[in-house]
Amino acid sequence: MKTNDIILQTTTKVVLFIIILFSIFIFFRGHYTPGGGFVGGLLTSGAIVLLLLAFDMKTVAEILPINYIYMTATGLLFAGGTAAGALFFNVPFLTHAFGDVYLPILGETSLHTATIFDLGVFLVVVGVTMTIIQTIGGDE
Amino acid sequence: MSLLHLAIISPFLLAILVPILYKTFRQIHTGWFVLPLPILLFSYFLSFLSIQEPITKSVPWIPFLGIDFIAKIDGLSLLFALLITGIGSLVVLYSVYYLSKDKEKLNTFYVYLLLFMGAMLGVVLSDNLIVLYMFWEFTSFSSFLLIGYWYHKEKSRYGAQKSMIITVFGGLSMLGGIILLYIMTGSFNISEIMEIVPAISDHTLFIPALLCFLIGAFTKSAQFPFHIWLPDAMEAPTPVSAYLHSATMVKAGIYLVARMSPVFAAEGLWLWLVAGFGIVTLFWGSFNAVKQTDLKAILAYSTISQLGMIMSLLGIGAAALHFDGIEKSVYAAAITAAVFHLINHATFKGSLFMVVGIVDHETGTRDIRKLGGLMNFMPITFTLAIIGTFSMAGLPPFNGFLSKEMFFAGMLHVLDLDIFSFETWGLLFPVIAWLASVFTFLYSMILVFKTFTGKFQPEKLEKKPHEAPIGMLISPIILASLVIIFGLFPNILSNRMIAPAINAIMPGNTADVHISFWHGFTPELFMTIGVIALGILLFISLPKWRKVYDLFPKKLTLNRLYDGSLEFAQSISKQFTSSYMNGSIRTYLVYIFSFFIVILASTIAVKDAFKMDTSNISSVGFYEILLSLAIVVASISILFAKSRLTSIILLGSVGYTVSLFFVLFRAPDLALTQLVIETISVALFLLCFYHLPKNSKNEERIRFKMTNLLISIGVGAIVTVIALSAHSNKMFDSIAQYYVENTYEKAAGKNMVNVILVDFRGFDTLFEITVLSIAALGIFTMIKLKMNGGRKNENK
Repeated sequence: MKTNDIILQTTTKVVLFIIILFSIFIFFRGHYTPGGGFVGGLLTSGAIVLLLLAFDMKTVAEILPINYIYMTATGLLFAGGTAAGALFFNVPFLTHAFGDVYLPILGETSLHTATIFDLGVFLVVVGVTMTIIQTIGGDE
Repeated sequence: MSLLHLAIISPFLLAILVPILYKTFRQIHTGWFVLPLPILLFSYFLSFLSIQEPITKSVPWIPFLGIDFIAKIDGLSLLFALLITGIGSLVVLYSVYYLSKDKEKLNTFYVYLLLFMGAMLGVVLSDNLIVLYMFWEFTSFSSFLLIGYWYHKEKSRYGAQKSMIITVFGGLSMLGGIILLYIMTGSFNISEIMEIVPAISDHTLFIPALLCFLIGAFTKSAQFPFHIWLPDAMEAPTPVSAYLHSATMVKAGIYLVARMSPVFAAEGLWLWLVAGFGIVTLFWGSFNAVKQTDLKAILAYSTISQLGMIMSLLGIGAAALHFDGIEKSVYAAAITAAVFHLINHATFKGSLFMVVGIVDHETGTRDIRKLGGLMNFMPITFTLAIIGTFSMAGLPPFNGFLSKEMFFAGMLHVLDLDIFSFETWGLLFPVIAWLASVFTFLYSMILVFKTFTGKFQPEKLEKKPHEAPIGMLISPIILASLVIIFGLFPNILSNRMIAPAINAIMPGNTADVHISFWHGFTPELFMTIGVIALGILLFISLPKWRKVYDLFPKKLTLNRLYDGSLEFAQSISKQFTSSYMNGSIRTYLVYIFSFFIVILASTIAVKDAFKMDTSNISSVGFYEILLSLAIVVASISILFAKSRLTSIILLGSVGYTVSLFFVLFRAPDLALTQLVIETISVALFLLCFYHLPKNSKNEERIRFKMTNLLISIGVGAIVTVIALSAHSNKMFDSIAQYYVENTYEKAAGKNMVNVILVDFRGFDTLFEITVLSIAALGIFTMIKLKMNGGRKNENK
């Protein structure tokens, strides 16, 4: 259908990775500076949407053979699991834990269970957006 | 979290693993992975047999509302937990041989079964009524899935729906009862409520609460007139029937009545209702079982009747709690009989269901008109059937005989009660009980002799009958041997299981439980002899009087009432729905927005909420004015845009400008989110572009335009008014300061927005993403179903 989108396609190939890297960066720094799972997830889906615009649905499905519904489910499992996991330590539902841990290369790092929860949000956001876009876009 | 809680949720945890195990180990029957869990749980619960005092373990859940996950083990809950896990193990073992691993979707089956097992354990072990209710509805829901397991059969779907509608209706009524109890006592914990009860029995809400609880219990335990769902639920695979309808789910109602007895039994109404409905159900079930031709239907009606029997015994036993001055031990004996029969029923009915399953599995039919003479082909199954049915009929030396004698004894004692006209009307109890027992004897005999003796008709069977594989026989053999063991040595149960259970139902009971096999020439014994004599007579002359059943008008059955009201509700709601749902999203938006305007405007007018306070406004800068102008210009141009593409882009530009506002106000998080959302939604819009209908002629009409104009002005005005008032009405201090202070202290984060999202208001986020996922699934199914399944449905 499209014939002269060579510029878009070439740019996409480069920009895609930048956006995805940026979204991962944003996701991890969320607890301290602007960002987080929600925005990170949206950015990633934005990257995939860009890919969809540049190429067609079929090609994208070949490049990223992801079942987005499973992705959503995994995300929910992460979020719900982190929340329920607190119960095993005799604290109320959704209590987060954090602490500073010494890691070999990274040095003193603070780790949060909130990040796992946020990862769940990330996955759900990507999964949901892409499910919606794919089903509506794929509907002939 | 204690080991006890873990025991309750372990089936749910295993249920998560089952699909994975099923996919990974296709060549191994998934049942083998499931089997260890109930066995493990059974042995775990066995370890509680020697406890003297109830054990309570609590995990806070919503302490603020008085809802905590309290697991309590006392005699009654232990008895049920043992039944659930014990019969559960046998059922799983049986199902391994019953369900073929090549043909059936075993993953879903065992997920449902485990969900059900966990839910049942939760029901019997929770001391908190709200938690109990949660698990209670979980049993309704998982049994719905189990009954509808063969969902390609229309009857399965019908049965599943019926059981769901009736039991969930009862469950909701029970929730009402729970709330009423809470209003009266201020507690959801059963143990606490029991202590307060004497003070509240005169409360005006006491009787409504009692009725609500009874409806819940009666629907679950298939008591008349709610029993109609149980025969239809027989469309489930036989292991499910054996589990749900002999041992566990239908007994949840019994459990509830037993559990709540100390709360309600002081009220005379409880006595009458429980005993009355029980005895009616007993008779009606046994009377109807005789006319059934499907083996499983006979068992279904038999279960209904036996549940009625246990229920009536609990009702009579409640007399001991009602009075102070009477001979308590007599009525305690009725409760003993109830508990004892509960165990006996689980053993013999469980084995009978499995026997019927074997017959069905090996011959391909369950119709007694086609069966006959199977004795020679299936000697072991025949023996098991004999043991089960004779116990059900109340014949010595099986355990059913003992509990039936105790049942008669309990019914005879009704006459001694000199309250609520029990001394006169009470005479009906032993008479109906005796008659019902005759029919019980009759259908038991039909079940075994029409199937296993008589003429063998190979031409009517789908398969050539032969003995079942040994694996399928193990479970019924174990149950049948329990039938004999409990019959010959009933006292191995009495002190360890029955007495603690009675103590839970009747706190402070000291009566010694002793069940003797031979108890002299008592009226009960003569009643049994009478049952056998009349039963044999009726069995022989069955063809002659069977026409009695045809006399019953077919139009007057409860099933017709159920179907009729269901159809009525459907047609009414269809009419109502089609009157306002015309399929155009524009119309729906008109409804939504007019509702929005009316509700908000009237609230503001009634509450006099509009206020404008300009004292606290910050100055407006150059950039703000610029951005506002941009938004206004963009939104107005949308109105005049001729092509859709232009409108979409203009709408996008409004969104982008809003995100610039966020930048201006130094909210980078919001700005970032808004930007990305805007991008994606514009992309989504463009995708939908293809599907949008052509501009309709409607848009040209003045009336259409005027409606839109009115609504848009209304919405705009309301939103402005609310924004102004929200700024001016400061009823509380801002919560912002709390977050500023605690973000780093409590959550070790520096980004407040993110900490609020994942920590302080994590529940919001969790539910938001759940809602999002449901929305995505909804869109997915709607579009995919339209593409794939739609045509199929249209053809119907």
